[in-house]
Amino acid sequence: METSRRSFLKAGALAALVLAAGGGIYRYTHPPAPKGFAIDGEAREALHALVPAILAGVLPTEANARAQAIQASTERVNQTILGLPLAAQQEVQDLFGLLALGPARRLLTGIPHGWAEATDTDINNWLEDWRTHRLALLRTAYQALHDLVLGSWYSDPANWAAIGYPGPIKELA
Amino acid sequence: MSNTTIIPDPVAAGLARGWKVVDGARADSDRTLDADVVIVGSGAGGGVTAEILALSGLSVIIVEEGALKSSRDFRMREAEAYPSLYQESAARKTKDKAINILQGRTVGGSTTVNWTSSFRTPPDTLKFWQQRYGLRDYGVEALAPWFALMEARLHIADWPAAPNENNDLLRRGAEKLGIPTGFIRRNVNGCWNLGYCGMGCPTNAKQSMLVTTIPSALDHGATLVTRARAERFLIQGERIEALECTLLGEDGIRPNGRQLRLRAKHYVLAGGAINSPALLMRSNAPDPNRLLGKRTFLHPTLISAAAFPQRVEGYAGAPQTVYSDHFLHTQPIDGPIGYKLEAPPLHPVLLSTTMAGFGVQHADMMRQFPHLQGMLALLRDGFHPESRGGTVSLGAGGAPVLDYPLGDPLWDGARRGLLTMAEIQFAAGAGAVQVAHETAPRYTSWREAKEGIAALPYRPHLAKVASAHVMGGCMMAGDPRAGVTGPDGRYHGLANLSVHDGSLFPTSIGANPQLSIYGITARLASQLAQSLTGRPAARPAPRDAPAAASAAA
Repeated sequence: METSRRSFLKAGALAALVLAAGGGIYRYTHPPAPKGFAIDGEAREALHALVPAILAGVLPTEANARAQAIQASTERVNQTILGLPLAAQQEVQDLFGLLALGPARRLLTGIPHGWAEATDTDINNWLEDWRTHRLALLRTAYQALHDLVLGSWYSDPANWAAIGYPGPIKELA
Repeated sequence: MSNTTIIPDPVAAGLARGWKVVDGARADSDRTLDADVVIVGSGAGGGVTAEILALSGLSVIIVEEGALKSSRDFRMREAEAYPSLYQESAARKTKDKAINILQGRTVGGSTTVNWTSSFRTPPDTLKFWQQRYGLRDYGVEALAPWFALMEARLHIADWPAAPNENNDLLRRGAEKLGIPTGFIRRNVNGCWNLGYCGMGCPTNAKQSMLVTTIPSALDHGATLVTRARAERFLIQGERIEALECTLLGEDGIRPNGRQLRLRAKHYVLAGGAINSPALLMRSNAPDPNRLLGKRTFLHPTLISAAAFPQRVEGYAGAPQTVYSDHFLHTQPIDGPIGYKLEAPPLHPVLLSTTMAGFGVQHADMMRQFPHLQGMLALLRDGFHPESRGGTVSLGAGGAPVLDYPLGDPLWDGARRGLLTMAEIQFAAGAGAVQVAHETAPRYTSWREAKEGIAALPYRPHLAKVASAHVMGGCMMAGDPRAGVTGPDGRYHGLANLSVHDGSLFPTSIGANPQLSIYGITARLASQLAQSLTGRPAARPAPRDAPAAASAAA
């Protein structure tokens, strides 16, 4: 537990400021798309990095199948976000925008280099930190990622057999 | 494949015989429509009102933000149901995002997606309203005929089948501890006992507004406008001149650029709590007592899951059939907060997002899915002097935001509720209990759970809190200075507006609110019909019987 209580996350007020400003900077450089949520570049890398951490234990182990499952899951998350009201899409956009900014990423997640180089331990520590963080904003960001990734995974009928869910009666579905 | 070869779709049949339905998404020009009464919202309050007014000979327009979906669309998949049938993809949240709110957004409103639990307003709630809020006409005897009327109309009756294991474990565990339980009445007719009520009833057994009052109103000449967001009332002095609506595109999210203007002699607001006060705020409606949007209640709900050696299959069978009100009666109604116990249906998205944690630990829990049992403790908010509910305000683009602080009395109730649920689950034979809380471990004995749950931190986002019952925000009161509305549902400060939905309630109900809304709005709508026509209102006929015409019609 102690290893995840890293000192940079104790910079509460500063972190909150960066978080608020980060969204603003991102929104300034990426004006709200009238078509809603869009994810690219480093933000997409962030999603790619966190999906396998949240889905550890359910993703296939074979490399190709695993890569495909991560890709499919990222796409489902994207679709889930596009079903949200525009204001909520914007909030998620701001969150990923923030994760895409190097300084914000280092300060708020403790992940030193780019998302592609983040280790499983880095990601797990970051998620565990946000999960119970004393800044409410980070706790809600964790919950958004939790709900988006897990909800998208378990909404897929392809993933029902593994948990013994029979799904709806075939004759009517 | 659709299910239309097996299940006749009453909505498709109605459309074929000429119902007047305007799909906002298909509109290619701005329009104005006129009627005697415009009703905002097609849920419990709007549906009941529409039928009574239409049967009484009034021309009615019902405007709904959601789409017209029916049994042919209800494929029992969370991935489809949540975005298409719920407010904000079933992810509506309080301002601090500590409470997730399930509310319908489709024709029929929440009645299309609720779990069919039907309770009359509890007598102690009505007594509190009479004493505290001067609602003298809201006694048990005065309301009984209105509940009876709507019970007959919506086929509300005892459920003849045995509870599923998910519900029966609540009954058996409680029995072991000497805690009384009861069986829940349901508004169903010919129910297949499938368990997918929350995704829209695929067999039309659920007697929601979608298959009862709305079709009846449409058969009597009403017009239904869908995918139209009620933006604002245009107010001149003490009167509403028109309702402006923004028409939405096929996705139900973005405006399609077209406007609709609805004009009527009288307006009925039935958008549900949260949305109803927000529309009035966007309209700059008078709020002489500064109470609009205040006292919004949620029955904040705690969740506990337990793993049993036997299969539970919480996804199969009628979702809610057993309840206990024991902990609503162990202390004074305005004392430490009481709670109602029920069981929720378990489906993969709702379960996986509700349960805390991620990675291997979460995956292990999900793999036990068929053996998991779920339990809910619904806190009765609005009675304890410090439980004043939440406040609706307007956020970006005029969208409603509910600020609902969870204060100490509610957190105290949350702790007691989780303790009770874990004790019942272990008494019923659970091998492990996992309460929905970010720092709670998996408990393997009641002794361990008792100590652990008592010591958990109770703060926003740590303890998971949900709500499927939104009430208040346009509270009625006997004293015109103490409410947003009067006991007759009339809005203070606007001569031609009534509110007919759960936002009228001055406290939470202390039970699933649908029947409270049906019964109370049936009376309000009947009074309104009489005042608008000068004749006694028509009475909606019991299901399957022809509707009775107005006495003087």
